[in-house]
Amino acid sequence: MTGLGLRYSTRQGEVRALRDVSFDLARGEALGLVGESGCGKTSLAKSLMRLLPDNARPAGGEVLLDGEGLLSLPEEEMRRVRWRRISLVFQAAMNSLDPVYRVGQQVLEAIEAHGVEETVASARARVARLFRLVGLDPRVMERYPHELSGGMRQRVVIAMALSCDPDIVIADEPTTALDVIVQDRILRELKAIQGQLGISIIYITHDMAVVAEVTDRVGVMYAGRLVELGETAAVFRSPLHPYTEALMSSFPSVSGEKRRLASLSGEPPDLADPPSGCAFHPRCAYATALCREQSPPRVGRGGQWAECWHPLDPAAVPVDPA
Amino acid sequence: MMPRPGDAAVTHDLPLVEVDGLVKHFPVAGNVFRKPSGFVHAVDGVSFRIGRGESLGLVGESGCGKTTVGKLLVKLLEPTAGSISFCFADASGDEAPSEPVDAATLTGGRLRDFRRQVQLIFQDPYGSMNPRRTIYDTIAEPLAVQRIGNALDRVDRVAEILTLVGLTPASSFLFRYPHELSGGQRQRVAIARALVLEPSLVVADEPTSMLDVSSRTGIMSLMEQLARGLDVAYLYITHDLAVARYMCDRIAVMYMGKIVELAETEELLRHPLHPYTRALLSAVPVPDPEHRRDPPAISGEVAAPVDPPPRCRFYERCPQATSTCESSPHPPLEEKAPGRFAACYEV
Repeated sequence: MTGLGLRYSTRQGEVRALRDVSFDLARGEALGLVGESGCGKTSLAKSLMRLLPDNARPAGGEVLLDGEGLLSLPEEEMRRVRWRRISLVFQAAMNSLDPVYRVGQQVLEAIEAHGVEETVASARARVARLFRLVGLDPRVMERYPHELSGGMRQRVVIAMALSCDPDIVIADEPTTALDVIVQDRILRELKAIQGQLGISIIYITHDMAVVAEVTDRVGVMYAGRLVELGETAAVFRSPLHPYTEALMSSFPSVSGEKRRLASLSGEPPDLADPPSGCAFHPRCAYATALCREQSPPRVGRGGQWAECWHPLDPAAVPVDPA
Repeated sequence: MMPRPGDAAVTHDLPLVEVDGLVKHFPVAGNVFRKPSGFVHAVDGVSFRIGRGESLGLVGESGCGKTTVGKLLVKLLEPTAGSISFCFADASGDEAPSEPVDAATLTGGRLRDFRRQVQLIFQDPYGSMNPRRTIYDTIAEPLAVQRIGNALDRVDRVAEILTLVGLTPASSFLFRYPHELSGGQRQRVAIARALVLEPSLVVADEPTSMLDVSSRTGIMSLMEQLARGLDVAYLYITHDLAVARYMCDRIAVMYMGKIVELAETEELLRHPLHPYTRALLSAVPVPDPEHRRDPPAISGEVAAPVDPPPRCRFYERCPQATSTCESSPHPPLEEKAPGRFAACYEV
């Protein structure tokens, strides 16, 4: 993905939901995207799938999937990519399942609609395999969504996302509505499935602890921009962007020493009227006149980069955004 | 006297509220004209006490009964059995608090006094405020209900409390509407509304779970400061043990309507006694990529507590269950070490 932009026209005017977002995703990799609500992480997922609402307008950039540009594909072709190449696990599992159909039937329809199996029998066998893969008894296929617990419904949604052997699964807050014990199980299963099938997963979440545990690399989003990207371990050990540091130090943990939680003052900016220069400057402890006036450069250190005038590690040197 | 949960609290010796054997059963609807087909044992014999200015965390998964305990405590629900005793603080603050009074027996002025001293903060800062009323109206309403001050006094009082919760300058917030505020700001308004009557107990039901990380920390530290400054006690209801660690002096862990463990916060987190507490703790993700966590030792999923068998509620999922656990009634919450209570035969 290079230089992706997205605008929404609203009554408040033009909202710049995404600005110049670039990253790459390797086969089999787990990438986390974190940030507060409204930072653009869900818009990013919808752009990738081209499932945008009517008032959205792409504003430049390109998404290449194995070299094929997705944004310029005719809708017909895009339908072939959706689910078969890139699929999506939504946050609210109850809303993405139809209450009047048996859950197995719903997964079956996804398989039939995309023609990945020749016969009904082989499609049914595939659904049963998928159910076993996500830790569900195949008999659950005959049940209705309301008969299942939240964790089981989320498993059905994951089975559906995996139904057409995608290369990439985008998981948008896949466990936010679940209790911790169920969350733990689902995240472990996703991780195992990822290894087993060699798929790439983009985890979209606000939970730094989940990111720390399941991702290889993490991107931090703020006000529609990707402000930091790097290997998860490196970013947690030594963040470059003050926003990343603030996010991490405001996150409580049950283990380790009880450290003081730092709180971030102020509110995320209004995207219809973003601040000048670096969008984070009104809330940043290190902001100077330069940050207020000019957009920050991209600086980095060994594969990790941030958009900042005053990176937390002075050893970070300017890097070419390309 | 028998030791009771909470007697070991050192800094919060003066009792504020004592809950004894609290039970709340909800009927499961049968047919329209028929008897209920069963009872959900939402809260099933819960006892604890909260000291003056103390913060007690009530932690558990969805459906464990923690919110019902909160509603019982503020008298939004009446208990099926058991009692809640409350020690009224003297309005001037000079005299010692009253002897415990059974909340069920309160009427008239005493009940209104209870409603002033016990306040509630909800989870959803969007749903808990009337969208057509200004911030001033929202916060001043309890003052009017309690007939405190005249209209002019109330403006001053509301401005003062807005400043206290960090919505400054207060004049710029007084006449705004909820939709003009962010989630964090709305939750500050909810806190202001709860505190404007100077309560001695605030029941906070997941007050930060719908907020973003950055505003969450702000609200947590605000609530902590206010508790210290105004000597408010909290019953802090949350599913998040990491948040409870920062907000609570002690934590009670609930499972299917029962308190299964109760201890001082760091003790409980470092050395959990009950197998359920251990499972719950080991399922919490840790924000450190180098940290390795073993999967929690627990099987199955939480069942709905509809007419549960009399044995230990955790029996079906417990990795340590024995034949004693199968044949005995649910274990009592006992003091296993000073200040450490657990309901388990195997501890």
